[in-house]
Amino acid sequence: MNNFFPTIVTRSNSSQLMNILVPIIAVFLTLITGSIIFSIMGFNPFFALHTFFISPISTSYGISELLVKATPLALIAIGLAFCFKNNIYNIGAEGQLTMGAIFGGGIGIYFYDTNGFWLLPLMILGGAIGGALWGMIPALLKTKFNTNEILTSLMLVYVALLILDYLVVGPWKDPQGYSFPKTRQFSESGRMPLLFSGLRVHLGLIITLLLIFISWFIFSKTIFGFQLKVSGFSPLAARYAGFNQNTLVYLAFGICGAFAGIAGLSEVSGPIGLLYRDISPNYGFTAIIVTFLGRLHPVGIIFASLVIALTYLGAEDAQLFMQIPAAVGFVFQGLILFYLLGADILVNYKVVFKK
Amino acid sequence: MNKHFVEFNKVTKEFPRVIANDDVSFSIKKSSVHALLGENGAGKSTLVKVLYGLLAPDSGSISFNGNILNISSPSEARATGIGMVFQHFSLFESLTVRDNLILGIDKNISYNDLKNQLQDISSKYNLPLDLDAPITSLSAGEKQRVEIVRILLQDPQLLIMDEPTSVLTPQEVKNLFVTLNALVDEGRTILYITHKLEEVITLCDEVTIMRSGKVIDSCSTENQTAKSLATKMLGEKLEELKTDYSHIKNTKSLSAKNISCSFNDPFFTDLKDISFEVNVGEIYGIAGVAGNGQSELMDILVGENTLIDSGELIFNNINIESFNPQKRRDLSIAFVPENRLGHSAVPELTLSENILLSQFPKNKFSKNGILNHNFIDNHAKKVIDTFNVVTPGSDAKASSLSGGNLQKFVIGREISSKPKLLIISHPTWGIDAGAEHAIRESLIELSQNGTSIIVLSQDLDELIEITHRISVIFEGKLSEPFNTKDVDITKLGLLMGGKNE
Repeated sequence: MNNFFPTIVTRSNSSQLMNILVPIIAVFLTLITGSIIFSIMGFNPFFALHTFFISPISTSYGISELLVKATPLALIAIGLAFCFKNNIYNIGAEGQLTMGAIFGGGIGIYFYDTNGFWLLPLMILGGAIGGALWGMIPALLKTKFNTNEILTSLMLVYVALLILDYLVVGPWKDPQGYSFPKTRQFSESGRMPLLFSGLRVHLGLIITLLLIFISWFIFSKTIFGFQLKVSGFSPLAARYAGFNQNTLVYLAFGICGAFAGIAGLSEVSGPIGLLYRDISPNYGFTAIIVTFLGRLHPVGIIFASLVIALTYLGAEDAQLFMQIPAAVGFVFQGLILFYLLGADILVNYKVVFKK
Repeated sequence: MNKHFVEFNKVTKEFPRVIANDDVSFSIKKSSVHALLGENGAGKSTLVKVLYGLLAPDSGSISFNGNILNISSPSEARATGIGMVFQHFSLFESLTVRDNLILGIDKNISYNDLKNQLQDISSKYNLPLDLDAPITSLSAGEKQRVEIVRILLQDPQLLIMDEPTSVLTPQEVKNLFVTLNALVDEGRTILYITHKLEEVITLCDEVTIMRSGKVIDSCSTENQTAKSLATKMLGEKLEELKTDYSHIKNTKSLSAKNISCSFNDPFFTDLKDISFEVNVGEIYGIAGVAGNGQSELMDILVGENTLIDSGELIFNNINIESFNPQKRRDLSIAFVPENRLGHSAVPELTLSENILLSQFPKNKFSKNGILNHNFIDNHAKKVIDTFNVVTPGSDAKASSLSGGNLQKFVIGREISSKPKLLIISHPTWGIDAGAEHAIRESLIELSQNGTSIIVLSQDLDELIEITHRISVIFEGKLSEPFNTKDVDITKLGLLMGGKNE
C-alpha cells in the first residue's frame, strides 16, 4: 500500500571506516552548505570561508585564541562522554560550569587581597566540587524518583544562571564597581598562569589535556570504564553483571559536573579574572556537539573541540570584517550537528525504495 | 482432488555468506496438512517468507493454484489467498480482541458483519473468543486463536502455521489440531512448520524435510516414525543420553524456602510460596509454559531482583537472598539468563569484553580496578577453543556470532569458572541441533563433576533428557518435584496447563 514511501532498514554490517569518516564528512558538508549560504547573502564564498576559517588562525595570537576557546569545550566534552557512554543525557553542563565558577570564583573573591600558591588549587577544587554537586542533583532525582535527567539537568542550568545573576548584582557586587553587575578581581595568585607571555592561552589547557588523558585511561583500562560502557549499551546486562547502576549514574554526573565546574573556574580565573553575568558563550551546550563530533573518544574530542572553537572565532571575524551577525557561528555549529546525525543514520541504516 | 496446489520450483535464495534455500522443489496437495520439518537454520523460515511475499527469491518460482505466484508483499499474498500465523504474535497487547481483529484485516468491515462472520468461524472451527477481552488478559493459546481468526476472516486457501505449538500447553495443542483438521476437511490447505516430530506424525499427511537449505525428502507421513524423521532431519545419529543418578550427593547445594514476590504489574507473574532443594551434583529442572513466572524466578535466583516479599535462599548454609549477582558469583554460583543479546552478552562488545560481564574470584581479570587485557583475551580464546565457538577471534563482536555459537560462548564462560552451582534458563532456546547437543552434554558432564544445576526450560524433551528431577511452574506456583527417570509425561502436561489431578 505505502509503496511510495521509502523505508529505512538497518544495515547488516555498518562500515567501521565510515564510522570514523562521518565527522570529517559532516564538516565537509557543512563547509559546502556554508558557502551556499554565504553566496545567497551576496558574499564571495571563498572569501567568506577564508574569513571564517582561515584568517582567524593565521597568527600565533589567533592560534592562542583558538586554544583558549577549545579548552573549556574539550574539558566539558570529555566529562559529557562519561555520561553519554552510560546513556545518561546530561545536557546541563552549562549549569554545572556556572556552579563551578561560582564555587571556585567565590573562593577567589573571598581571598581577593591574599596571595599564595595554595589559592589557585583551592579555587580549582572549589570549582570541581561546585560543578559535581550541581550535577548530583539530577542524578539524585533520577535514581530516587526516576525523573528524566534531560529535563532536570536543563532546568538547573537556568537556576544556576539566576544564582550567578543574583550574586553579581547582590552580595558579591564589587564595592568599587560603580554598580556594574560584576565582582572584584581575583588576586594575582587566583589567576590561571599564562603559558606564553602576550598570549591568553593559560594553564587550563594543560589541566584539560591531563584530564583527557586520565579519562582515556579510565575508558579503556579500568573496570569502571567498562561498567559505564556496558550500562550504556545494555542496562539488563549491567544488572546481570552485578554493576550498581545508581552508583554509575552518580559517578558519571559527578565526574561530568566536576569537569564542567573546572572548565567554568578556569574561564573565570583565566581570561576573565572575576565573576559577571556572561562568563560562558554557551560552552556547556556547544560541548554536547563536540562530544558527539568526537565520537565520545578522547582523541576525537580534542580535534572536535578545535573545529567548534574555530566557529566561535570565525563568527567574531565575520562580524568584524563582513558585518554579519556573530550568530552565524551557531548556524555552523547547528549544521555540523545536523550533518553528523544525518550521516550517522545513513551509516547504520539504508533507505530502501520499494518497486 | 489431489492436484498440486502449491508447487515450489527450484527456489533459491542467497544471503551474504549463506545459501538459505538451495534449489528447493516440492509440491503440496490440496486439502492436506503438509509439514515443513527441519532444525533451526535449515531454511524453513526463508522459504515461507518467500511464499508469503516477504522476500523475493533469487531464482526459481512458486506456483499457487495453477498460476505462477507473483507477489511482493504479505498483503498481496493475503489477497491471493495465502494467510500466515507467525510464531511470535503481532497483536496490540493493550487493545481488545475486537480492535485487533478490525485493525488486522485489509478490507473494511462493519462491526455487525464482523460479529456475524466471527460467530460463524468460532462455531465452525472450535475457536471461541471473547471480543471485549483485552489481549493482555489472554493466554498464549487464546492469543493464537485471535491470530488464526484474523487470518480466517480473509478466507485463505492456504494457511501457513509457523511453529504454532511452541507456546502452547499439551491440551491447547489438542484443541489447535481439532481446528486445523476442521479447516482441512473444508478444503483448505495447511503448511505446517515445525521441528517437533510427534506433531508431524499425528497431524500431517505429508512432510518435506529440509537440512542446510536443501530438501532432503518429501514424502507421505505414513510409514514414517519419529526416529526415521529425526535421522533425516539431523543427518547423523546423535548418541542417546542416559540419566545417571549415581554421582549425586546427599548434601544440599541450594534451598529455596517459601519465596513469595508480588509485582503489582499485569506484565509480571507474582511468585507464590516457592520452595525447592537441589543436591550437590544434581540437575534440577523447572518446566512450564512461558509467562508462568520463570523469568521472575530467574531474576530472584540470579540476584537481579533482591526485593522479595518473604522467603529464604540458602546456598551452602549462607542466606543469599539479599546478595547481588556479583556477591553470588563470589560464592561460585554462575548464571545464564534466557536472552543472550543484551542480557548475558552485550552485542556491541567484543567476545573478550563480554568475558568481563561475569567475573569470578579466581579469574583475576583486574587488579585494583585496572583491567589486565592479556589475561582477559587469553581467557576468551580458551573459552572459544574449549567450547568450539565458531568465530574469527576473541575480538569479534558478540553480535556477529550465530545464536548457537554465542550461547556456547556464554555457557562456556560460566562453566569455565567451575561453579558449584549453575543456574541456567532455556539453555538451547533458538539454536541448532549440533550446538544443542554439545550444550546438553557439557551440562551433564558438569553435574558429574559435582556442580549442581538448575535448568528453567519450556522444552520438556530437553528437561527429560538432562535433568534428575523436574517440577512444574504454573502461575507463579511450583509443583512438587518428580524423579525424571520415572516421570509421567501426561502428568507434567496437565501441571503445565494448570490441572493438578
